[in-house]
This record gives sequence, structure tokens and C-alpha cells, in this order.
Amino acid sequence: MSTPAPPILLANEALPKAHLDRLPLLLAPALALLALPLIGSFPTWVTLTVAGLAMGMIIFIIASGLTLVFGLMDILNFGHGVFIALGAFLATAVLGSMADWTASTSLLVNLLAVLPAMIVAMGVAGAVGYAFERLIIRPVYGQHLKQILITMGGMIVGEELIKVIWGPQQIPLPLPGGFKGALLLGEAAVEKYRLVAVVIGLLVFAAMFWVLARTKLGLLIRAGVQDREMVESLGYRIERLFIGVFVAGSALAGLGGVMWGLYQQNVTPQMGAQVNVLIFIVIIIGGLGSTGGCFIGALLVGLLANYTGFLAPKVALFSNIGLMVLILLWRPQGLYPVAKR
Amino acid sequence: MLMRLFSGDAPRSRVLTVLLVVTALGLALAPFILQGAKPLNVAAKICVFIVLVASFDLLLGYTGIVSFAHTMFFGIGAYGVAIALTRMGPNWGALAAGIAGSLALSLLLSLLIGLFSLRVRAIFYAMITLAVASAFQTLASQLSDFTGGEDGLNFKLPEVLTPGFSLSETPFLGVSLDGKLISYYLVFVASVVLFLLMLRVVNSPFGRVLQAIRENDFRAEALGYRTVVYRTLSNVLSAGFATLAGTLLALWLRYNGPDTSLSFEIMIDILLMVVIGGMGTMYGAVLGAALFIVAQNYLQDLMRLGSEALAGAGATALANLIHPDRWLLWLGVLFILSVYYFPTGIVGRLRKS
Repeated sequence: MSTPAPPILLANEALPKAHLDRLPLLLAPALALLALPLIGSFPTWVTLTVAGLAMGMIIFIIASGLTLVFGLMDILNFGHGVFIALGAFLATAVLGSMADWTASTSLLVNLLAVLPAMIVAMGVAGAVGYAFERLIIRPVYGQHLKQILITMGGMIVGEELIKVIWGPQQIPLPLPGGFKGALLLGEAAVEKYRLVAVVIGLLVFAAMFWVLARTKLGLLIRAGVQDREMVESLGYRIERLFIGVFVAGSALAGLGGVMWGLYQQNVTPQMGAQVNVLIFIVIIIGGLGSTGGCFIGALLVGLLANYTGFLAPKVALFSNIGLMVLILLWRPQGLYPVAKR
Repeated sequence: MLMRLFSGDAPRSRVLTVLLVVTALGLALAPFILQGAKPLNVAAKICVFIVLVASFDLLLGYTGIVSFAHTMFFGIGAYGVAIALTRMGPNWGALAAGIAGSLALSLLLSLLIGLFSLRVRAIFYAMITLAVASAFQTLASQLSDFTGGEDGLNFKLPEVLTPGFSLSETPFLGVSLDGKLISYYLVFVASVVLFLLMLRVVNSPFGRVLQAIRENDFRAEALGYRTVVYRTLSNVLSAGFATLAGTLLALWLRYNGPDTSLSFEIMIDILLMVVIGGMGTMYGAVLGAALFIVAQNYLQDLMRLGSEALAGAGATALANLIHPDRWLLWLGVLFILSVYYFPTGIVGRLRKS
């Protein structure tokens, strides 16, 4: 056996930099550039790209919690979609009760109406997430088969409970007055709400990135994803950390639900299950457990959905699956495979 | 002789035996004891779903693989028969072609999905199948020239199986011997044969290996069994049986559309039936399917009574909770409780006591 010995570090030498895998970062810009000649018209391309980015951001907000929870505790919550639907339905209730604020065309007043809706959605979704984790997931830690079954059961019950409270029918969720309409950038028309969605998405991504990369909490979470037992043996209670991440993930799903509902302008109890498929594809593309991969995956799915929706609507329905297969053929574990898996 | 028929896998519980015999007799004699179209429909649906649920149990209960694409194979079977009979006319050749074609497609597709994703872990497979199944559902509703889109396909069966056909003028035991009766018994006999076949599979040495993989795949691999091969085979087999169940459903309904055979709701139903009946027991499929479908068709009436009584008494919130459309809520709760407290379902419970 002649495996090369690992290089020995001198005391004053800096730690070797982690190798940054840049290739996946190029995928989203490459896709956007590739689409430009196919679409042909620059203004249309701008419109579609902004729409794609907005959709990608919303998907990322929803999916990020799911992938972190999986990375940290090896638990995949098939009931994640319930929190999306819950957030969206709460938004209809909150915005519905503030009709004169949402009817106003002033952007500021509108934001004042949407903000409480988002806060309520995040708060309630987080609280329900806590109960969900304690009641449903906790007893089946470490048992994959049961986890899949039980979270699916949680999804069924949650969806039915939403129907009990809000009724089974589709509820319209109109955009507040100031978000309606489009801005003209040169010749390209860009819907205002999509810009808002991109901005909120970037804020969430930045906040998350900051927490994960620059705080001790984030350090522990990242370390936990890499090697849970090691973090535990250093005296940290990974379970508490995990509950925190789970609640945050549920709250983000609630926020994403509000944004998705406003994006679609209506909400149905089944929307959770529909978005679920999308976010599973995204986190598989990104590599299970990887936040960065999840971000790139979400952008790719959002952009591709809008480009193909314009170029070939029939193909658009399958573009996600096609994308997933291509990515998995290239990197079978997703864009950024998490080390221990 | 009887034990050979059941592949040496007896129910092993007196209550269970009684329940199974009652179910089997009830299904066998359904046209004679029950009057009207609805009970016969329920009985036929139970037969089809016993096969479907048992085939899912082969995968979930015996091999420990969670797939959400099981209705896809069920749908392929149903669409295969529907498309063949619509295109080639109502004759036996078309029926055979439909069954053979859909079976071939299912086996190929399940082999591909299996080889592609069964190397990795259970969760990965569950997610991939969820995505593939939803894409397939969209595909089926988009190819409307071929599949009839959302409306589905109505088709005619060979003459012997149509309600207009009559075997004899005089009714037998008060039941007219028409094509409907013949198709019911066709469905019933086919279901029994398929079920016994699956019982044979899980009690063979091959079935034992599957159970070993479920319990500890690492150890099974260490003992020299190539788990990928066994998992893929189990996946292919279960897809094949699901396809045949689909063909039976299409035969019985003389109609097929996305909602009858392909929708995600049916996938959820199958999951509930397997878990409530008892995973990894085969007989659980019989009890689970029978209970669930009877509940689906008759529990709602009961709930309607309760709900109206409560609404009359002024308790609207409670009335909403037991509104007949919310029956799935209660089955979902039952499902979660059974995963926790009796993971082997009704059958496991009965065998233990």
C-alpha cells in the first residue's frame, strides 16, 4: 500500500484553502446566454430572465430549509409542502383583512400590508413546524422508511386540515395595487412583482449566507452537516440546533408560500404537493444537503421553465425532469455532493 | 394441497383466517348476495386494488423500497388496454396486444428507473419516482390525441363481456347471466391468480433475499447477494403486477382517464391501504384494500349523517371536521398512528395476539 501521506502543516502555515468548485456557478449564466440567440429578441429575453430569476428565488426560499434539514439530520420531510400551502392561505386571510391597504397603489402602503402577511405566515408556519417536528418526526429519527411514510401522512392530514379551515376551493390572492403592472426597461417590460420577488429572494439568500458563513451558529450547522457525531462529541447539542433549523426551514417555506401564492395569484390546498415535486427536483440537482447547490438548482429550474415555456410550451412541462437527468448524468450526486454521502 | 396453493404462508391467526375467508367468500359471491350496480362496482374495485396493493407491498413491505411511481405502472396498464381497444376495435386480439404492450413498456421503464436510481439510498429513490410519476401524468394528459387527455377514453369490450350479451335466458339464482357477470368473474379469477402468484414470489428463496435486504442491506450484500440486482428485479416484478391490475381496472370500467388510474390521490390511497392492512404480510393487502374501499364508499354516508346532526346542533367547526369530504383526514390520522404503534398493520396485530 503506498497511499501518499497527507502533507504536514507547519505551525505558522495557513490552513489550505478549501477547493472552490466553480464549474456549477457558470451553469445559470450559461443557460441564460444560450437562450438569448434561441429567443432572438433582447427585450423578450430580459422579461423572461427576470421572470425566471423571480421563480428561482421563490423556489430557493422554499427549498433551502428542506435541504439543510436533510443535510443536518438525514431527515427528508415529504410534508414540507404543507407549510407552503399554509403560508399562502394565511396570506389570503391577512391580506383579505387589509383590503384598503392592498387596494392602494402606493408601493409603501402595499409593503406595509404584505409585510405583516409574511410575518404572520412565517410565525405560524414556524410554530406548526415545531409541533410537526415534535409530534410527527421525533419518534422516527434514524428510520428512513418510516420517515418517508410518516411525513407523507403528515402532508395528507395537513392538507385536509387546511381544507377544513379554508374550504377545498381555490381562493384568489390578488396582487396589491402597487405591485401590479410592469416597468419598462428600454423596450423590455418587467413585471414589478417579479422584481420584488428577486429582491426578497436575494435578501433571504444574503441573510442565510451570512448566518451560515459568518456566525458561530452557521459554523455549527455546517459542521453538523459534515459530521454530526464530531460536533456532538465537542459538547454541542445538535438536536436543539436541528430543531432550530427545522423551524426556520418551515418558516421560510411559509414565506415562500406567500410569495408563490402572490406569483400565481391564487391558492389551492393542493399547491403544496405540486410545489413539492419542484423543490425535490431542485434539491436533487443541487446535491442533497447543499445550500449553494440548492440556490443554483433553483435558478436553473426557474430560468429553464420560463425559457422553454416561451419557446416550446409542451416541452416546458418536462424540462425539469430533463434537466435533472442531465445533471445527474454529469454528477450523479448532484452539483455539490455533500462529503459524507 | 391448500398449503401449496398459499405457498406455505398460512394466515397464522384464527381471527385473520376468519376475516380472510369472509372477504374471499364475499367477493366470490358478490353478484349473488348483493343487488344493484354499486355493490358490484365496489367488489370489483376491491379485487383490482388487492392486486395493486399487494404488488406495492412486494416493493415496500418486502424489499423496503418506497416508490411513488406505482400508479404510473397501474396507469400504463389501464391506458394500454384502453388505447388498444379504442384503436383496434373490440376484439380479443386488441386486448392481448394492449396487455402485452403495456406490460413491455412497464417492465422496460421500471428497469430503467431501477438501474438509474436504486443504487443510491431509499430517500433518493422516493424523490426520483415522485418526479417521474408527476411528469408521466402530465405526459398522459398532454398526448390527448392518444390518451383522450383529461376526458379519458371510453371503449367497447369484446362482445362476451358487454352487458348486452346473455349466456342464457333463464336467470340463475335470481341473477341474469350477462356479460357484466362474466367480466366480474374474469376480474375476480385474475385477481386471485395474481395474488397467489405474488404470495409464491415472496415465499420463494428470492423473496427471502428481498426480506434480508429490507432488514439489513449491508449484511445481505456481505452474504454475497447483489442487492442492486435483487432490488431492481423486485421493482420490475412489482411494476408488472401493477400493470396487470391496471388492465383489470380498465376491463371492468370500460373507461380510463387520468383520475381513475394515474392520479397522485390513488398513490396516497395505496400507501394508506398497505400500511393500515400491514406491510410485508401480503394478506394485509387484502384486508387493507377491502376495508379502505368499503370505507371510501360507505363511511362517507355515515359521516354525512354525523356532520348534519352536528351542524343542526350548531357546532359548525366540529361538523366541518367530520364533513364527508374530509374522510381522508381521519384515515391520514389512522395512517400516522399505525406507522407508530402497529407498523405491521392489522395483520401484524392479529398475528401477535
